[in-house]
Amino acid sequence: MPLQNEKNETSPRGPIIELALDSIGLRFGSYAVLTDLSFVVPRGQFVALVGPTGCGKSSVLNLVAGLLKPSTGSLWTGGRLLESINRDAAYMLQQDGLLPWKTVLENVMLGPILRGTPKVQATKDAEAWIDRVGLRGFKERYPSQLSGGQRKRVVMAQALINRLPLLLMDESFSALDVQTRALMETEFLELWQELKATVLFVTHDLEEAIAMADRVLLFTAGPDAHLKGDYAVPLPRPRNVGEARFIPGFTELYETVWRNLKEEVMATYVR
Amino acid sequence: MSGEKRAHVFALQTLLLIGSAAAWEWASRSRWIDPFFFSQPTVFGRRAMQWLIEPGFLLGGHSVYHHLLVTMQEMIGGLVLGVGFGVVVGFALGRSRFWSAVLNPYIQVLNALPRLVLAPIFVLLLGIDERSKIALGFSLVFFIVFFNAYRGVRDVDRNIVNNARMLGASEAQLARHVLLPSAMTWILSSLHTSVGFALVGAVVGEYLAAAQGLGWIISQAQGNFDAAGVYAGMLILCVVVIVVEVGVTRLERRLIRWKDINETMFA
Repeated sequence: MPLQNEKNETSPRGPIIELALDSIGLRFGSYAVLTDLSFVVPRGQFVALVGPTGCGKSSVLNLVAGLLKPSTGSLWTGGRLLESINRDAAYMLQQDGLLPWKTVLENVMLGPILRGTPKVQATKDAEAWIDRVGLRGFKERYPSQLSGGQRKRVVMAQALINRLPLLLMDESFSALDVQTRALMETEFLELWQELKATVLFVTHDLEEAIAMADRVLLFTAGPDAHLKGDYAVPLPRPRNVGEARFIPGFTELYETVWRNLKEEVMATYVR
Repeated sequence: MSGEKRAHVFALQTLLLIGSAAAWEWASRSRWIDPFFFSQPTVFGRRAMQWLIEPGFLLGGHSVYHHLLVTMQEMIGGLVLGVGFGVVVGFALGRSRFWSAVLNPYIQVLNALPRLVLAPIFVLLLGIDERSKIALGFSLVFFIVFFNAYRGVRDVDRNIVNNARMLGASEAQLARHVLLPSAMTWILSSLHTSVGFALVGAVVGEYLAAAQGLGWIISQAQGNFDAAGVYAGMLILCVVVIVVEVGVTRLERRLIRWKDINETMFA
């Protein structure tokens, strides 16, 4: 019998591990941002990281991206020890990093071009992605000519076009107005379900975290931040982010996580 | 700006020019200011026209166009060399923290030195022909461009660099897609100043020691107590500067289309 060549989401021994953090510590000088942080993310899971401000959530993304090096512990992605920039991860930064001297089209096709895709193919892919994020007709514009919501759409296309297995998102939708935000979150979930990427999603908004994720990781207040809680989100998919809070089970989970989060938020005030 | 407003601005600009020239003319004719020192717009204007349209009117055996050409060549020579070296050195030091730390005090000292005092050295070293003027222009332009290229490379937005890295950029690709375009905006915004300084290098160099060029014409007129000749030379210089300035602004618009650059005329 020929070997099965299909990409299976699970192996006989259980789900494939996309990302593993093993007792990670991160220090800046004498300040310990993270201490003994460990968690494992199976392939295809959407994980939200929540916690009080300054707890090092964004640092976790930078570690997984390979932009920061852990002071102690080891970090594995796709079964390999991460030692430099993570070539398997797309990163939607909190402050977008669009290149102001490139048009929307040039920005979106940048990833494929940098990774060696021929220009004709890259242009075709980029145009398709620009259509998918709803920016048809804007491809010749420069970022400075776009609204905040349109810029986010470009960022999304730029990050997703490389079809990388791991997607890192830092407060990706937080700067948007409420209506645009719910709309884009729902659109993003549709794209994500199609791409089947593993997602690490940092947010300060618990409602957003539960509405979008499969799993919520709660961090303690820094310094020495580590995991305080690990909650599975039992809501069905596909979800509409704007209406998720009406689904039974949402409120119960929200209250549980919020009680714990509140303790940590109070702890940051006491200091 | 709307078309109507632009016409308005242009009309006022013209009025301001005519008004100040008329005031000058009147003040000089009524002996309110001494025409020996200040001349009159009609007199030096006529002189400049004479230089420009009477082919028999020679200055030091050459037409004014010859002198203009010499000055322009010197200016372009100083500009091209200064910009070229400034970009390369600025880029290199911007990329290397180690070497910029090593060379920093020397660059600061050289920059603090008033470069015009180098003019006599350049004349001794290179003679009174074009080369000493090009060298002077170079010494003025180099530092402006150098500092701008250096800052351009240093001040790149960290987010943009990280984003490009995550998208898959190698070091060489990072330089090409991020650092160079970022430095470009700084270099171009310094180009207005650089062009001005290249011209200063050429004209001052000619003024000090030369046998031709606009600076030489002005220096000759000064030697003959000919105020009209000095002002006529300055008038031609002004026109040259304006033409060059318009060219630079056009170039800038082409190269940094992505940025709103309406304010650069005053930057």
